[in-house]
Order: sequence, then C-alpha cells, then structure tokens
Amino acid sequence: MTTADAAVSTQAQEPNEFGYRSFTLGQFHFSRDEYFAYVSWPTGQHVISADAFLRALQRDIAWEFFYGIVNFDGVVGTMNHYGSVDLFAGRYNDAYRKAELDHVETVETPVIKSVFTTMLSDWTNDGFDPFASPEETGSAFGPKHGDNDAAISRHRVTAERMVSLPGDEPLRSDENGHPVNRMFADVRQDEPEVHAEPGFESEVGSFNLFAYLSRSPVTWNPSVVSVCRDSLYCPTTEEYILPIIHGNDRAEWFVQLTDEIIWDVEDRDTGRKRAKVVMKAGDVAAMPSDIRHQGYSPKRSMLLVWENASPEIPDLISSGQFPTQPVEF
Amino acid sequence: MTYVTQMASLDSYEKGRVEVIDDDPRNYAFSNIFEVASGARPFEQIAVAKNFEYVLEVVRVEGTSGWRAAAHDQSALVLDGQVEFTLRTLRDGHRLPASGSAGLPEDDAQTPVGRVLARRGHLTLLPVGRAYRFASQAPAVLLIQTVAGPDTQFRWTEICQTA
Repeated sequence: MTTADAAVSTQAQEPNEFGYRSFTLGQFHFSRDEYFAYVSWPTGQHVISADAFLRALQRDIAWEFFYGIVNFDGVVGTMNHYGSVDLFAGRYNDAYRKAELDHVETVETPVIKSVFTTMLSDWTNDGFDPFASPEETGSAFGPKHGDNDAAISRHRVTAERMVSLPGDEPLRSDENGHPVNRMFADVRQDEPEVHAEPGFESEVGSFNLFAYLSRSPVTWNPSVVSVCRDSLYCPTTEEYILPIIHGNDRAEWFVQLTDEIIWDVEDRDTGRKRAKVVMKAGDVAAMPSDIRHQGYSPKRSMLLVWENASPEIPDLISSGQFPTQPVEF
Repeated sequence: MTYVTQMASLDSYEKGRVEVIDDDPRNYAFSNIFEVASGARPFEQIAVAKNFEYVLEVVRVEGTSGWRAAAHDQSALVLDGQVEFTLRTLRDGHRLPASGSAGLPEDDAQTPVGRVLARRGHLTLLPVGRAYRFASQAPAVLLIQTVAGPDTQFRWTEICQTA
C-alpha cells in the first residue's frame, strides 16, 4: 500500500474535448468523458460509469463523508475521520491489498469537499439529478451541456429537536415544492390533532412522518427528523440501488417502515460476502460495525435509519473496547 | 401505473429474514415490531434496537397507561392504531433517572401541557421533564426513541432470529 498524508495539492485543468474539467487531489487524478469517470493513482487506474460516479459523489458531499466508509464501488471511496478524510483506491479490496496496488491519501475535510463539490458541479449536466431515482431524472451522459446546481446543492434536513416544532425544520407541502411522489400516492396525508395549552406551544408537537417522507424528492439520503441526545432518527426514501456501499465505523440500525429492501452485506475490509438481509415492513435489523452494505429497493420504500452520533464510538470500537455488533445474546 | 405502498400492522405483517452466507444471524439482531407487539403485555417497553445507551422500544398500547416522564426528549411513532398522548407538568422536586423513562405517582402529573391524537405514521415529541401517558381503546403499537432505563426490557433471544 502507498499512503500520503502531507499537505495535498489540488488542481483543476481546463475542459477536455467533451467539455469536462479534470481534477487532481494529491496523487489522485479524476477525469470524465461522455460515459465514464476515470480515477488514477500511482499504482493503478479505475473506471466507473459516469451516472454511478455522480450519484456516489453527490451523497459523499451531502453527508459530509458520512459515518465511516463511503465506497463508490468495490475499489474507490472515502473514509471519514471527522476533520480529515482518507481518499482511497483498493484499500478495502482484498485483491488490491494483496497485490499492493492500493493507495490512500489523507486530506483535510474542507480541501476534499471543495474539490469534490467543484467536480460534481462541473460533471453534472442539465437535466440529470444525482439524488433522484433513475425513473425520475434525465441522462448523465454525453458531452457537457449546462449544469444542475440547484439539484446538487439541496438543503439537507437536520432537525435540532423534531421536524414541525416552532423554529425547527418545516413540514413539506405542495406549496413549498414537495408534491407527493408517484409511488406514494396512496399514503395518507392526514396530520395528528395537536392541542397545546397556552405557553407550551414549543413542547407539544407531532407530525405525519409517513406523509413527510412521501413528499421527499430524493432517494437514499438520510435526514435528521428527531433527536434524543446523540440518538438521531434519519429516515429516508429508497428506490432502485443505494449508490454507494456503506462501510460502517459504528453499528447503525434499520427499521423498515414500508415495502421491502434487500441488503447485500459484505465484510467491511475485504468485501467477502457475509449475508443477505431481506427487510419487510415492521422489520428491524442492525448493521454491525465490521460490515459494508448496499440496498436494493424494487419499489420506493420508507426506511428509518437510526444512528448514534457520539464522536467517541469509532475509537471505542477500533480499540476493541466495544464489540462490533451492538447486541450480544 | 398504480403503486401500492406495503405497510404492516398487528393483524397483517410478513417478516423478512437474514439469509446467512458466512455469518451469524445474531449479529443483525433481526426482529419484527409487530411480532414483538403481538406477544407483549400492554405498556411493556421491549427493546428492539440498542446502540450503546440508546434504545428503540416497542410498546403495545391497550387501555390507558400510567404516567411517565424522562430527563431527556423522547419520540413516539405510531405504527398501528390510534393513540392519545396526554402531557402534564411534573411536580416540582420530582427526581427523574438520568436515562430512560420512569413511572410516576398520579399526583406528580399536574397542570395540563397539551394533548395529541396520533395515528399510523405520526411522530410525537415526548418532551423532557413533562409527564405523559398513552391511551388507546383498541390495540395500538408505538416505537419509542429513548435511552435505556429502569423499565426497558431486553429479550433478544426471544425476539431475534438466531439461526
């Protein structure tokens, strides 16, 4: 393995014959043409379909590199150290590791975020929305034509206490640009009856979470809707394939609220297959901290992702002070 | 094309499963909320998920609960039926456990704070330091976002897939 963690240089080149700029981040080089994104590093190179690359890049940026590892596919990705980020190729791929072709660079978070954000903006064409399901967006392919900065810089919902409370994240409605999704047309839109005594309006709150989710314009994008100390409810609507393979640095839990998702689970560090988890409405499952997972949702579904945001957890698990699975029995 | 959103209830649920390739299914603590609620007594707080001190509890609501309160916010998601939440102030000086909810004497739930009538899919705040109780004529199911407390029950072997 080669590593580099010195100050990382960045560079953006002039547009190529297809109209796309290329980017350098340390010893990584990124370029794209009409169909593909290309990633190269001192000991190798890799190619990813441009639509898949942009969907993964979009989530990596929007989630601030998320909890743990965001694998764009089985070769390239990032690992979050909450202040810095490892940009890697082959680091979590058994074959690359054994052949010593893997490469890692540690980059300060603002630096990699800036390069990735500029790349996403430059490589996303008018009409393509990386957050949308494939049925609800245009093509990512072809020579550069326009941009879609409004779609790629959406506000990410992060409630302070709970959606709908005074001063917190608002409800979604037709009026504020959130129509009901075509696959959730049968979801009831009724709201709870809320009666607050005078002076207690900020404490008495309730909203229709299912209706709220039915109006989400994006897929595979957990957003915080309620908070209990470090316990975060991060529900999301899922359709087609999770565009990244999420490698955990802590256990997270899934509560399937509607419909069905099939999860492929692999060993986090090698990619060895471990299990398939089939989740139907009402099912609850943990994703341990030593796996990576990718979900498949045949119909748009509602998934409650439950996270513990404590910053101490990765060290507790990696040092062996806490097991990789959240429950022992 | 018309799509049908598959929801589940106490009367109608279909459980998925962990299909093991090279693993132990217990690593996933796989359970089903409606199966857990079907076997629960009213107002038992059965953990179906745990992440360090935090838990998600399933509660079967049937009749009217006792008064409870917690020293932190909690939330309650109705997953089946209809639940009325009644909120009151807490008697001055009442001591709450640092984590999780605890039962209260009736007299410690005092001035009305508010009331919520919630149905399936509705998420309700159970605010820090306020007394609350649940009520439902017919069996209903809640998922509570909270911290493990003195009344949290852990029945992993009973509720989770083990093979």
